[in-house]
Amino acid sequence: MMTRTVLTALLSHWWRRPLQLLTLLLGLALATGLWTGVQAINQEARSSYDAAAQALGQGDFERLVAPGGAKIPRETFIDLRRAGWLVSPVVEGRYRRGDLSVTVVGLDPFTLPPSAGAPDLSDDNDLAQWFSQDGLIFVHPETQALLPEGLPNAVPNLSVAIGEVVTDVTTAWRLLNTDGFSHLILAPQQPVGLPPLADLVPDLESVRPDPAGDIAQLTRSFHLNLTAFGLLSFAVGLFIVHAAIGLAFEQRRGMFRTLRALGVSTRRLVAVLAGETLVLAILAGLLGIGLGYLVAATLLPGVAATLRGLYGAAVPGTLSLDPAWALSGFGIALAGAAAAAGQSLWQVAKLPILAPAKPRAWAMAMDRSQTRLAMAAIALFAVSVTLIVFGRGLVAGFLLLGAFLLGAAFLLPWVLSRLLRLAAPLARGPITQWALADTRQQVPGLSLALMALLLALATNIGVGTMVSSFRLTFAGWLDQRLASEIYVTARDSQQSNEVRVLLEDRADATLPIRSTDIRLEGQPAQLFGVIDHPTYEQGWPLITALDEPWAQVAAGQAVLINEQLWRRADLALGSDLQLSSGWSLPIVGVYSDYGNPEGQAIVAQAELLDRFPDVSTLGYAARIDPTRVEDLRAALIDIGVPSGNILNQAQVKTFSLDVFDRTFLVTAALNVLTLGVAAFAMLASLTTLAGLRLPQLAPLWAMGLTRRHLAMVELARAVLFAAVTWVLAVPLGLILAWVLLAVVNVEAFGWRLPMFPFPLDWARLAVWAIVAALLAAALPAYRLARIAPAQLIKVFADER
Amino acid sequence: MNVKAIFTGLFLTFVSAVLAQAQGFAGLGQEVDGFKNPMRGAPFDFPTDHGPHPEYRIEWWYLTTNLRGADGKDYGAQWTLFRSAREPRSDDTWNSPQSWMGHAAITTETDHFSAERFARGGAGQAGAVGSPFEAWIDDWKMSGADDLSELQVTARGSNFSYDLALNATGPLIFHGDRGYSVKSVEGQASYYYSQPFYEVTGQIETPEGVVAVTGNAWLDREYSSQPLGRTQSGWDWFSLSFDDGNKLMGFLLRDTEGDTFTAGTWITPEGETTALENGQFQAQALEITDVDGRQVPTTWQVTLPPYGIDVTVEAINPQAWMDVIFSYWEGPVRVSGSHSGIGYLEMTGYE
Repeated sequence: MMTRTVLTALLSHWWRRPLQLLTLLLGLALATGLWTGVQAINQEARSSYDAAAQALGQGDFERLVAPGGAKIPRETFIDLRRAGWLVSPVVEGRYRRGDLSVTVVGLDPFTLPPSAGAPDLSDDNDLAQWFSQDGLIFVHPETQALLPEGLPNAVPNLSVAIGEVVTDVTTAWRLLNTDGFSHLILAPQQPVGLPPLADLVPDLESVRPDPAGDIAQLTRSFHLNLTAFGLLSFAVGLFIVHAAIGLAFEQRRGMFRTLRALGVSTRRLVAVLAGETLVLAILAGLLGIGLGYLVAATLLPGVAATLRGLYGAAVPGTLSLDPAWALSGFGIALAGAAAAAGQSLWQVAKLPILAPAKPRAWAMAMDRSQTRLAMAAIALFAVSVTLIVFGRGLVAGFLLLGAFLLGAAFLLPWVLSRLLRLAAPLARGPITQWALADTRQQVPGLSLALMALLLALATNIGVGTMVSSFRLTFAGWLDQRLASEIYVTARDSQQSNEVRVLLEDRADATLPIRSTDIRLEGQPAQLFGVIDHPTYEQGWPLITALDEPWAQVAAGQAVLINEQLWRRADLALGSDLQLSSGWSLPIVGVYSDYGNPEGQAIVAQAELLDRFPDVSTLGYAARIDPTRVEDLRAALIDIGVPSGNILNQAQVKTFSLDVFDRTFLVTAALNVLTLGVAAFAMLASLTTLAGLRLPQLAPLWAMGLTRRHLAMVELARAVLFAAVTWVLAVPLGLILAWVLLAVVNVEAFGWRLPMFPFPLDWARLAVWAIVAALLAAALPAYRLARIAPAQLIKVFADER
Repeated sequence: MNVKAIFTGLFLTFVSAVLAQAQGFAGLGQEVDGFKNPMRGAPFDFPTDHGPHPEYRIEWWYLTTNLRGADGKDYGAQWTLFRSAREPRSDDTWNSPQSWMGHAAITTETDHFSAERFARGGAGQAGAVGSPFEAWIDDWKMSGADDLSELQVTARGSNFSYDLALNATGPLIFHGDRGYSVKSVEGQASYYYSQPFYEVTGQIETPEGVVAVTGNAWLDREYSSQPLGRTQSGWDWFSLSFDDGNKLMGFLLRDTEGDTFTAGTWITPEGETTALENGQFQAQALEITDVDGRQVPTTWQVTLPPYGIDVTVEAINPQAWMDVIFSYWEGPVRVSGSHSGIGYLEMTGYE
């Protein structure tokens, strides 16, 4: 009964201040929502990588591969089996018709290790079709809608990786117009007493691919990026919650004292308050999960497109509701509320019955913490420096960013106070002097919101600079790299000859594109063979090179590698790179290769074809006067080349930039959201402070300042805070951008980009920050301008 | 994904015929579309007929051996190659409609080790030829004289291997009517002949080590397109070698609706055979063993009154379960009672 009375008394506070309640709930919900949304996206992506790794015939088995990605002949498979080795053949390749393409995976269900996941052929018709001349394919339902034409009957199956079709080896041979195997799966358990593989197949190499690991490795930076954003939003949200809860406790101090005096035990009071926080956290958590789902569902198609475009990782564009991330969101809401309320609850438990309510003192107490925060900031900067010097890898890069940003945020109140103190002598006239002094007094109360704003602004500047620098570099690189006016892929080897004849007749120069998948320095990579042509020498974007790189490559005496391979494997110019067994060449140059996750190397085409006679011979680039591109295109279509297989330079550029823009769409969206949260934090702080500050304002009013004038001062102050925070955020953002470009990007993608300043973007951001501050200050200022004079007079009659 | 799912399709006919698992598949063994049917009185053509018969739906080379180790312990070894056809033809392409399955096992008094292999026909990974005789899947091999009088047999799994030399001391024998073996009252039949007179020397390897062994072996050759009736749910097959030199092959085909069908062959030491009528050969389960939850009869009373046979047939290792995709019980037995001896027992349909 008593509990109920206490609860009613405590809750009455919220009825009287619905905006404060809304602030608290929304703040926690926003924090939870962004965090949950990011988690949901990560979870969805991760489970789809796992699914791809577990997909039909793709188990995590050791495999035998031929050097340089050559096909393994059928006889080798039979010989190994007849020697007792449990191997199973797999043939893989890209099947393309028009604009659509899929990866065909051909399996032998007879020899596939049981744990590899064999297709279900228990249906008689499926069985008969699987082994028939026509064949049968298994596809993920999501792939089914986008199948190229000319494939056999498809059976939907959720175990197949997206973008793949699984079929019999014989069907795969026919579809891919090939023979032999891409690799042989080694069953995990082999019979006793087998002759060693090195004796049986000295040419083959045993590798242990980790498809989930590979893709997870590649996409790790992306997910870390998302997680970092999620954490940032959550931290900003927690600032709001902490401020709102702390204030609510402080405002009710008088009520607590009265309740205690009326005989409510400390224990009961704390229990009821904890219960109140719990209920609020649950409400906000529910709201946050809903919000998170919305965020994730909205962003996921973009994320899926990004992952596909940038890494070739197939992630479904639709979100499945996973209780795991919903629960984690709930947990984080509760934990956040507990963290925010813990300190206040502790104070209530220690409350001396006779202590008066002193909300103003609460705000001032924050001042003391400025020094403590500044100390923490210095510690965090020390951590950052340590990380710069000793840190290695992506996680260190992000930790560095986190420590640095947090440190900067912690330092903000101290810096603002000092700045205002320095500015004090500059003030002319009593009102300005008062306004400056009052502004300094406001710093503690607003510091959390300002920290949030600083973080949001710095992130915006940093990430914006990174993305814009990247885009500028990327566009310039595309212009260099895509020197040829037209790119053609023939449908088969016969058409390839016709295309070659036509191009040689009509184009100014024909550059056949020949490549094969290999492993370089233990990593999956591509090896390209180019012919000797000035196009390469003129246009190819080399980062660093020895003398006459292209002449040496053309002579078959050297190799060029891309920046990713160069950095990851820590290779040096002039050192030898092993291309296949018995074939290594000195590295003569390094070129930038954005948008490609894998390593790459370029050799003379004749050498490549000599070593790998069965590489695909379907691709061509051609130089031609741009005005004649359309004629050539028409001629190619006339000889039967599918129109989707002919790309002109402009199309490729548009497509590449499109992929690029989509990649950073999510980043931009999260940027805006973070800024929104920070603006909301300011609104929350200013609104709550407005009530507390009446005792400071009333004397000024009494001395003759109009309410309107006072409101204008409030607005001006908000603008001043936003402007100063923005000024501080610019260098911070630039440092952030530098870390992103020079540390995180190198770790994540393997390339380092030059940094370009974009002052116009920063100016735009300054405008937004000021607009946000004005919006946040507008409501309290409006209220002040309209406040009943009786309220102001009451200040002099009230307890303080 | 269930591995069994693929092979259920491929080896459907084994399920119905060889391993006779009821489960509703048996009916499919009935439809003979384009496949040949065994004919009474058709002469064999050796050594060609020791090789495969792609125009018949199913076929097997089935060797069981009772072995005695240098360590004085009893062992059993099994080597089986099954062929199954989706269509009555064969070719040398990877699209061949022939499929192959191999089973190998060693049974000790306390353990049972088994392994299986699968292969598509036409690729060379598995197959059989009549002359020079060879049947193989992967590195498991049975090869030797064109008349099967001498064979070399090898197989291995992840925890066992064996290498056995077989030498026949008697002629091939033919079951039923000159090799035409009736399997049900409705007339389902198969071609069925055996070489039960092998003497064996060789060695086996188990996790306990390598042991030299000697003993006897029995090879069954059988092929057909429709060997079982629709309601036959499983079989219990006995091959017994008595100490007096006589041998007895007998089987029960259990029926879900009608009576159990029995048949068998009495074989004298000289290789003279007498086909047993339905009902003459009798076997009663005496003891049921729980094998991983399955109730399997592992001690039997076998009677054949015209020959004065009333014996107890007892599994050397009652847990001799072939833990393969199409699982069944198969292991060596001891014979006591009116006659004493050794033998092999195979039981299907106890899943």
